[in-house]
Amino acid sequence: MTTETAERTLKTTHLPVADPDAPPQQPRPGLGKPTSEESFALLGTWLGALAMAWLVTQQLLPLDGWAWLVTTWLALGLIFTVVTTSISGRRVDVSDRLAAAIITSGALVVGGALLSTIGFVIFRGWEPLLHLNFFTDDMSGVGPRDPFDRGGIAHAIVGSGIQLGIAIAVTLPLGIATAVFMTEVGGRFAGIVRTIVEAMTALPSIVAGLFIYTVLIVAVGFPRSGFAAAMALSVMMLPIIARAADVVLRVVPSGLREASLALGASRWRTVWHVVLPTARPGLATAVILGVARGVGETSPVLLTSGVASFMVTDPTDGVMNSLPLYIFKGARSPELMDIERAFAAATVLLILVLALFVLARLVARQRTTAPRPSLLSRLRRLAQHQENR
Amino acid sequence: VTTLPVSPALADPPEVAPRKLARTATGGDRVFELTATSIGALVLLITGGIGAFLAWQSIPTLERYGWAFFTESAWQPEADVLGIGAVLVGTISVAAVAMVIAFPLALLTALFISEYAPASIKSTLVSLVDLMAAVPSIIYGMWGYFLVMPHAAAFAVWLQQNFGWLPIFQVGADPDAAVWDQSRYIGSAFCAGIAVAMMVLPMSCAVMRQVFSQTPQGEKEAALALGSTRWGMVRTVVIPFGRGGIIGGTMLGLGRALGETIAVLLIISPDFVIKPRVLEVGTNTVSALIAGRFGDASAAQLSALLTAGFVLFVITLIVNTLAAIIVNRSRSGAGTDA
Repeated sequence: MTTETAERTLKTTHLPVADPDAPPQQPRPGLGKPTSEESFALLGTWLGALAMAWLVTQQLLPLDGWAWLVTTWLALGLIFTVVTTSISGRRVDVSDRLAAAIITSGALVVGGALLSTIGFVIFRGWEPLLHLNFFTDDMSGVGPRDPFDRGGIAHAIVGSGIQLGIAIAVTLPLGIATAVFMTEVGGRFAGIVRTIVEAMTALPSIVAGLFIYTVLIVAVGFPRSGFAAAMALSVMMLPIIARAADVVLRVVPSGLREASLALGASRWRTVWHVVLPTARPGLATAVILGVARGVGETSPVLLTSGVASFMVTDPTDGVMNSLPLYIFKGARSPELMDIERAFAAATVLLILVLALFVLARLVARQRTTAPRPSLLSRLRRLAQHQENR
Repeated sequence: VTTLPVSPALADPPEVAPRKLARTATGGDRVFELTATSIGALVLLITGGIGAFLAWQSIPTLERYGWAFFTESAWQPEADVLGIGAVLVGTISVAAVAMVIAFPLALLTALFISEYAPASIKSTLVSLVDLMAAVPSIIYGMWGYFLVMPHAAAFAVWLQQNFGWLPIFQVGADPDAAVWDQSRYIGSAFCAGIAVAMMVLPMSCAVMRQVFSQTPQGEKEAALALGSTRWGMVRTVVIPFGRGGIIGGTMLGLGRALGETIAVLLIISPDFVIKPRVLEVGTNTVSALIAGRFGDASAAQLSALLTAGFVLFVITLIVNTLAAIIVNRSRSGAGTDA
């Protein structure tokens, strides 16, 4: 650029003048990857808050224990965030950083609570789990102070299995058939059924148990048994499974149904060969999650099955134990050994629920299309085809 | 101009009638339709029958005790004094404590998962929340009873010392005693509420997160392009869009909190007094009342328990229905172009 053109520019336009007092132009923090300065501020804030919290709770104030330390750390961390951000940023930046800190720490609190739940149950109940007889024996003749190499929860596991098995055998066909009726047949009556089923999902599980207790045990005179417990579980699970299956069936694309009907299939064949196979992973997930809910539900079982300390395999033959009931009775017992056994059983229940949950995820992710044939088999088929020609 | 040859046969076209469409099913479809309808009717009979049975069983109790059934606090079958006033207040206070704890945590967690978490761990976090919802309530009850209750009692003392002038934080014990009396602070609605909060939190969080994730991407990007911070974007786009989900999810959680039995039964010390003091020992809920009193109940008492269960069911039903309406209405606003 020559001086001549520069002079001409000066005459026609105003060049921006640098203002020494203006704040430096910075990109907004909080978007994109944090700069090294931001990372350092974050680290420094929370380390400083931890040190301060230790000083305040453990040295200055009479607030001993880790619970106070963590609470104070959280509160101080938020205050320190405000202070460090306001050194370099404006009000907008302060509120942004503070909101991020609050939201992240809220999520961490929830994660910590979940971890502490699982960790605490395993921590209190690992000892009985080391003995194999815990899984193969029942508690008949075992006193509350007997060592862990005597007695086990086989009767509770078997009881839970039988009760759930009956409940699934009742609710699965009924629930899915109801969902098919609500989505595929339709009409005004289906609308009524849907309304009632949705309303009954609000039924508290204890009321379902009380209903079966009143009708089956008090009025009919049926003994407290695994069958009664299974009925209570069915009453509780039926609306849940029917509703979940209804939601799954409703999202099957209607283009598939119409294509099947246009090809001349009857409605029954459409349901059996198109709608249900399409919805199979979703249905399986709905059922498994319903079962996971049922296996841990204590209150209906508490009212209807009674407690047995021995193995019962006949669901109509008197009292029968189940895992949640065993845990509940153990947790209420004054004996420390009983409580520890209850925690061990709770660990088993937790693992069972986790397994069901993982199974539900795997089924939901399953691909229904067949895998592509390998290159070799395709070549072989091609060669065969050439030969035939 | 070209002309098409017209066949003489078409000059006089035959009568055209629309093809007949059969509306009523025939053959196999008829069987299918009848079977499905009858199963639907059966399920309607079973599920609706329970509701009708509960309502029918409530009539004698309500006729006998009248409105006093809702206001009387004592449950003394031997004196023929039955009422659910105290347990209703207890149910509501446990649920209220649970919601006070669960609502902010569920909202923060949902916001974290949908807006702040790195994309690579998002689906894992969603699964974790679902897993948290699947953990049986008895396990949260044990967690609350054995691990949290001593800390909750200590926190209750602190609350009483500093906020004791509020009626709900009052406790009938001296907070400044040299050794504070732990037995006055355990087994309270506050302790039970913490365990119940863990149960309803994942449920509310899942609903909120789902609604947040439906926020139109275009509007979020527009807010960022206008120079807003991430929090500004969340405050002006995500939260207003998800308001229905926030309210609906909270109410769904409330419906679950009202009916929760086993964790409450494990933690509380049963007491039949109408008390708003949530930190003090002793409270009761409708479901804990049923679980505790069904065994030695006579026919009349059983009918009274069924009435209490029916009242609980109606309250839960109203809360759930309102929640469903609110959540569905919020979805109808999702038509904005993304």
